[in-house]
Amino acid sequence: MDRRATFWMLYLPPLLWLGAFFLIPLLLMFAFSLRPDMRGDFFQLWQPSLNQYEKLISTGSYWRLLWTSAQMALLISILAVVLSFPIAYFLAFHGKQRVGFYLVLLLVPFWTSYLLRVMAWKIMLGTEGVINSFLMYVNLIQEPLTALLYNRNAVVLTLVYVWIPFATLPILAALQRIDVSLFEAAADLGARPLHQFLRITVPLSLPGVLAAFFMVFIPTVGEYVTPLLVGGSRGSMYGNIIQDFFTKAANWPFGSAMSMVMLLGTLILVLIATRLINLKDLLE
Amino acid sequence: MTTFRSSFPLKSYFFGLIALLYLPIVVLFLFSINSNTFLSFPLQGFTFDWYQKLFASEALLRSARNSLVVALGSSLTATLMGTMVALLMMRYQFRSKGLLVAMAVLPLIVPYIVLAVALFLLFSVLKIDRSLLTVGIAHTVVALPYVLLIVGARLAGFDASVEEAAMDLGADYPTTLRRIVLPMIAPAMVSAWLTAFTVSFDEFALALFLAGTQPTFPVYLYGQLRFANRLPIMIALAVLMMIGTLTLVLIAERVRRVE
Repeated sequence: MDRRATFWMLYLPPLLWLGAFFLIPLLLMFAFSLRPDMRGDFFQLWQPSLNQYEKLISTGSYWRLLWTSAQMALLISILAVVLSFPIAYFLAFHGKQRVGFYLVLLLVPFWTSYLLRVMAWKIMLGTEGVINSFLMYVNLIQEPLTALLYNRNAVVLTLVYVWIPFATLPILAALQRIDVSLFEAAADLGARPLHQFLRITVPLSLPGVLAAFFMVFIPTVGEYVTPLLVGGSRGSMYGNIIQDFFTKAANWPFGSAMSMVMLLGTLILVLIATRLINLKDLLE
Repeated sequence: MTTFRSSFPLKSYFFGLIALLYLPIVVLFLFSINSNTFLSFPLQGFTFDWYQKLFASEALLRSARNSLVVALGSSLTATLMGTMVALLMMRYQFRSKGLLVAMAVLPLIVPYIVLAVALFLLFSVLKIDRSLLTVGIAHTVVALPYVLLIVGARLAGFDASVEEAAMDLGADYPTTLRRIVLPMIAPAMVSAWLTAFTVSFDEFALALFLAGTQPTFPVYLYGQLRFANRLPIMIALAVLMMIGTLTLVLIAERVRRVE
């Protein structure tokens, strides 16, 4: 058997698998988004129509929700980046020999189940949860605070918590690449620490900061699990409405159109991100 | 040398944040050994009852077994397929390479809700009942990029000339793959397999859509959230599983670092 035969053995299984379970499903979703309605058999061909997209565009509430989800994702990614920058800074410049241990310490929460960490927040924020009962126990409040759970703030808090360790990594990678002699040179030339920070550290860490921002922002826009658990109906994001159209409302064509919008939005974001950041620089 | 001469404020910030990150995990653990079904202050008392009751709850154990089956099947398939793509990516030139690599990497970017919906439509149209198999298929797709990146990085790390040497000495290509390439990438494959396993094991977003009547543990857990008195048992199992996956992840990291 020669190299060519081996090629086909290596090539066909993943091609067929990914074709059948990744590419075709997405194309099918696109086809469904062009269905005028739910009527008729699945195999009966339908006249492609833009009905669903027209409905989506003309209904303001879906756009508002998409906009709100994007704003939430923006807030979450900015908070995650701002909060993780000092951690990355500490690890890069003050971690010394223990940096490996500190890094594991930081990443262990990230490696534990995502669902469990979100659930832990639900337990903490609930009316009979840890925070409320603790505040009542120490007599700070008499009635449980209901504003903690089932709203957008709970979603933002939980997701920032989830993303902090993840956002630290690309910033750390960028900071570790800074040549320390730059600081010495700047100091020799009379730059004070704040000046050094603003003129050396900030610009040189920018690729890492941007990478962290996009690595949090992109998955957060498409989030539906965290809002489902801690957001309630007031904390719903765009993804939750897509889910509703496939479960409760059973309007698959409209749900597919909404999904297509999300898919295209995500791909555009990824294109922008790859334009701004040279991924190879950070992966080394 | 650096901006803040004293590292004290940064160090306290770091450890403060670490404490916050561990708080929910500690809360989960406390919840699993707390005798009350609500975790409220003051704590009522300690018990290991929940851990004992856990082993009497058949549906719960079945869901854990389901998760294990799905994770095993999907991680092995993903490791196999991902390694194939990695070999093609690093060692072959062909016209549809871009398409194949794009299909193998994109699941990392496509939102889970979109992929869940798309697969849901596929299985509905084909009239395939949703089951552990459909969840497993979805998990292979999302775990494959991780395998590709881990094994691909390993392949990039060693010189193709070793393979050429083997072939110059008369080995045919399959033999070279088996005797030279596979042993070299084996540690990366183990690490990739463990990573794929943990990706699948506690995955919820896809499983919720595709599990049908056979819930995996996260899906079962979600369904039981309404019943407050069942929660401590669920959390007890969750804590055990958390320890399990964490061990796997740390082993995977270790294997990857040792290379």
